[in-house]
Amino acid sequence: MPSRRALRALLAWTAGVGLAAACNGPIESRPDEVVATGPPAYGDTFIQASIGDIGGLIPSLTSDQSSHEVGGLIYDGLVKQDKDLNLVPAMAESWTYSPNCLELTFKLRRDVKWHDDYPFTADDVVFTYETMINPKTPAPFKEGFLLVKEAKALDKYTVRIRYDKPYARAVETWGTTMLPKHLLQSFADAGTLRESPQNSLPVGTGPYRFQEWKPGEKVVLVANPDYYEGRPYLSRIVYRVIPSQATIFLELKANGVDYVNTLTGIQYARQTEYPAFRKAYRKFRYPGDNYTFLGFNLKDPRFADKRVRQAFAHAIDKQELIDGVRLGLAHEANGPMRPGTWAYTEDVKHYEYSPEKAKALLAEAGWKDRDGDGVVEDRDGKPFTLTIRTNQGNDERKKIAEIVQQRLKEIGIQADIQLIEWAAFIKEFIKPRRFELVVLGLGTGSDPDQYVVWHSSQRGPDQMNRTGYANDEVDHLLEAGRASCVQKDRVRAYHRIQEILAEDLPMIFLFNRDSLPVVTSRIRGVSPSPSGILYNFNEWYVPKTQQRYTSG
Amino acid sequence: MAPGGPRRGEIRQFWRTFSRNQLAMCGGAVVTVLVFLAVLAPALAPWDPNRPDTRKILVAPSSSHWFGTDPLGRDVLSRVLYGSRISLSVGFVSVGIAAAIGMLLGAAAGYYGGVVDNVVMRLVDLMLVFPRFFLLLAVLAFLKPSIWTIMTVIGLTGWMGVARLVRAEFLTLREREFVIWSESVGAGALRIIFRHILPNAIAPILVAMTLGIPAAILTEAGLSFLGLGVQPPYATWGNILNDGRDYIEIAWWLTLYPGLAILITVLSYNLMGEGIRDALDPRLRQSRVGRILRLGR
Amino acid sequence: MALFALRRLLLSIPLLIGITFVSFVVISLAPGGPLDFLTPEDPNASPEVKERLVKEFGLDRPIHVQYWQWLKRAVRLDFGRSFLPDGRPVLTKIGERLPVTLFLNVIELAIIVGLAVPIGVLSATRQYSLYDKITTVFVFVGFATPDFWLALLLMILFGVQLGWLPISGLRSLNWEYLTFWQQQWDFFAHLVLPIVVATFGGLAGFSRYMRQSMLEVVRQDYVQTARAKGLSERVVISKHALRNALLPVITILALALPGLIGGSVIIESIFAIPGMGQLMVQSVFSRDYPVVMGNLVIVASLTLVANLVADITYGLVDPRIRFGGRRGRR
Repeated sequence: MPSRRALRALLAWTAGVGLAAACNGPIESRPDEVVATGPPAYGDTFIQASIGDIGGLIPSLTSDQSSHEVGGLIYDGLVKQDKDLNLVPAMAESWTYSPNCLELTFKLRRDVKWHDDYPFTADDVVFTYETMINPKTPAPFKEGFLLVKEAKALDKYTVRIRYDKPYARAVETWGTTMLPKHLLQSFADAGTLRESPQNSLPVGTGPYRFQEWKPGEKVVLVANPDYYEGRPYLSRIVYRVIPSQATIFLELKANGVDYVNTLTGIQYARQTEYPAFRKAYRKFRYPGDNYTFLGFNLKDPRFADKRVRQAFAHAIDKQELIDGVRLGLAHEANGPMRPGTWAYTEDVKHYEYSPEKAKALLAEAGWKDRDGDGVVEDRDGKPFTLTIRTNQGNDERKKIAEIVQQRLKEIGIQADIQLIEWAAFIKEFIKPRRFELVVLGLGTGSDPDQYVVWHSSQRGPDQMNRTGYANDEVDHLLEAGRASCVQKDRVRAYHRIQEILAEDLPMIFLFNRDSLPVVTSRIRGVSPSPSGILYNFNEWYVPKTQQRYTSG
Repeated sequence: MAPGGPRRGEIRQFWRTFSRNQLAMCGGAVVTVLVFLAVLAPALAPWDPNRPDTRKILVAPSSSHWFGTDPLGRDVLSRVLYGSRISLSVGFVSVGIAAAIGMLLGAAAGYYGGVVDNVVMRLVDLMLVFPRFFLLLAVLAFLKPSIWTIMTVIGLTGWMGVARLVRAEFLTLREREFVIWSESVGAGALRIIFRHILPNAIAPILVAMTLGIPAAILTEAGLSFLGLGVQPPYATWGNILNDGRDYIEIAWWLTLYPGLAILITVLSYNLMGEGIRDALDPRLRQSRVGRILRLGR
Repeated sequence: MALFALRRLLLSIPLLIGITFVSFVVISLAPGGPLDFLTPEDPNASPEVKERLVKEFGLDRPIHVQYWQWLKRAVRLDFGRSFLPDGRPVLTKIGERLPVTLFLNVIELAIIVGLAVPIGVLSATRQYSLYDKITTVFVFVGFATPDFWLALLLMILFGVQLGWLPISGLRSLNWEYLTFWQQQWDFFAHLVLPIVVATFGGLAGFSRYMRQSMLEVVRQDYVQTARAKGLSERVVISKHALRNALLPVITILALALPGLIGGSVIIESIFAIPGMGQLMVQSVFSRDYPVVMGNLVIVASLTLVANLVADITYGLVDPRIRFGGRRGRR
């Protein structure tokens, strides 16, 4: 039996809690009416939901999207992208190329300080470079830095970088996270960056300073008053870790979060059309920066014949995929470049949906239904069966596989589907090239150089040319495109590459999905552009009268 | 409990007790209907369960689609019918495997005792400690993920309860007269196990099996949630539920119907299983003295 | 009895080593390694880091060597650091999540036992009555209802439409600025829904077991005798039957111990609660071996202790099954 003292304590606790409940009421408020706009004002808190927790606080060492989003606010690079996807100065004031494109010189701003008030100088840039190429540093994205021949600080605010060969993406490389030399030198040398205090209390040069990270729960950032472009208006940013898409959506409806970086197709089209939602939120739609594809394993002798690949392309109705998977919120893709950018061209071979053409091409390649069982066989009577593989946990890719399976059945191809957990998928099937057909996605990148994906030298197990594509002309074009720093010279090369890829079809490009972000309507300053809506995040604000959360 | 197992009189007694339990009879009836539906699914389903139709995405229940359509436009009724085949098979087969392993190991542990008992019980401990889904992950990636591997792994990770039960039965039964008599007469161990002990131990095993089927079905549903279930496009109740997870507000039919199916199946099996247990256990049958006392109240 | 317990405890040590070794091997054999996450599908990713990391974590050495290295540090309760980019100590990561999970599980268990005992007892004493039938169906409905479905429904009702309760997370964002009592209420409000969902599903097992146990006891001769003696039904049940019926339930409670530190990954991810369930699943999916092993050791130790306690109580109840298999009668 509980003692009387314990009972009394319990009663007191219950009473206290009850009282607090009566005085406190519900924690969040209901959706507001949209009032007249007000002038830019400092303050308020911005709450964003994130499906995954951040992997760490030094984005150079991580590969997950969350840590790069957060890192993008805490840290800064020498350059950044503006709303039209052009590279513009950030911590660098300006830059120049030498005429032979082998030397890149940055002139840095003089008013940038680290969050601990230490000045940002050319030494930090060189230090970042040395750390990234250091074999002891476990960084996933080193490619651009490895091509550098030498990086030298000419004076406190000038950095000169030399390359062996002209590298088109040179400037872009220096847009990544810059690391503080004065804090991390010893750790970088010892290879213990992950255990440095930086990984729990990061010091950067970005618009927001780190406040706290409760693993699995939230990350809190506060505005940096000394930011060189001026203090951002939103005072606090909170990333809430919510591992369930369904819950995130409910939180959105209940005003528990202010921003979701993309809705699903069905959410956008069917679940966010009611009046209360439209008053409380603004939806946006713009073309995204990635494409989904159906990849062939070119090592498989059946796929070595181009006609078979083209037959598959004719068998698939891309619009059906877009409708079924994205509810129409995507654009057909015919190549790996980002539509709307300077290197993109529409002028390539298209494959319209036509099962007749598909069957004809298959027959030309020797595949006919010789025994009337609905499945085509080759001259030896072997039926055309294959497995479509993709990673588990991705609803879109699963649906694509199911629709493709059905369409292939109609032209006589019998396909199974296998969903494999990501780590096992990469290790057991992708890297050793043990697959036939895969559904995957790739980023279109901000620069059209896709050497790592299409060049014949990149077909190793740890490299990105997964289909095993090898074409001499494309190789030369990739090298040429990369080796110039003058945009108009590169255009021709990339147009031609897209033409060849559309003809050769090492993979069938399916679609570019649209990004569908949602922002609470009390935030002003949001204006969509080709690059999305986040390019001017530092200028978003909430008018004083509508601020919901006071900072502090 | 007599040597040789249950006799005709006992079977009649069992039926009498069982049939008085209304809930259990209901359960049994529903189970039979479910099995029929599953077997006849191809004849009953109005649409091809696996054929996507992107013009009919998430259509509410109507006269042509009684249960509505799923996110790929497939008829939910047909998918639930075909899904019952997989869900029920998963239930039967995995429980069968688990029971077989459990019986063997439990019998060995209970009969031989000593070292054998220790080894088996430590094996039970090991299996109980092992994170089941992890084993599933490893297995499903090693081998081609399929319904057979899922059934086998659920069976391989679920035998511990049966083993414990069987072992306990053995430990109690071993001390009975007829066993000692058989031993002294020189009957071999296997004969004793199979002819005398096991048939008497059948009761709890049967109950455990009946109660294990709904657990296996729920496990399959849980696996689908984690993405480790049966491969697409094949429907199971678990994966129809899982597909509907994000659309609960706008497509209630996606979670209601498979959820109901699981609910009814689990309920029925459990009721039937408990009824069987109540009817088989002599300690639970109303004793004559008890009946007189009850009538007198 | 004491000898039995001591013997089992000593036996547990090699068993623990065996369990961890087998686990270690199985985990290492599972396809995909932790390093495969450092080379994601992005045209900018680089492949060289692997070699260096393989050397650092000793992943190129034979399995028994790796295991030995791990064991040497594990006995000092040093489970190393996570393989993930945050590189934090395993014990820290577990320590962050364990209290929440324990707290939730203990409350749930208390509620379940508190409800299941009376439900089970009443069902048994009124076997086949209307009450029995209704509670049976109710309890199984709880068992068969998918967790996430109930969770989402409750969230929509209480969180979105009525606005009475918060939808997800452990505490509000302004928690640090609340008064002490407001903080308690906030905590409570966040935990109500997850506890309700978990309890609803967990009632079935316990209450059926309680009912079963009660039914068996009520049929015993001594209960019939007590009735025949003319004692009131209430006294018969509460004084004689209940105590004996509760004994096997205690065994079940002991076996539920290891479950206390495990969380339901479904409930945790729907309600955004940073608990042990998610930690385990995520560490498995990302092949974060040190965290997985740390988790396993804790669970394994608890399971062994719990089994020992369960076996002892079981032996207390049924003297014939006390010390595992003696052949024949003496």
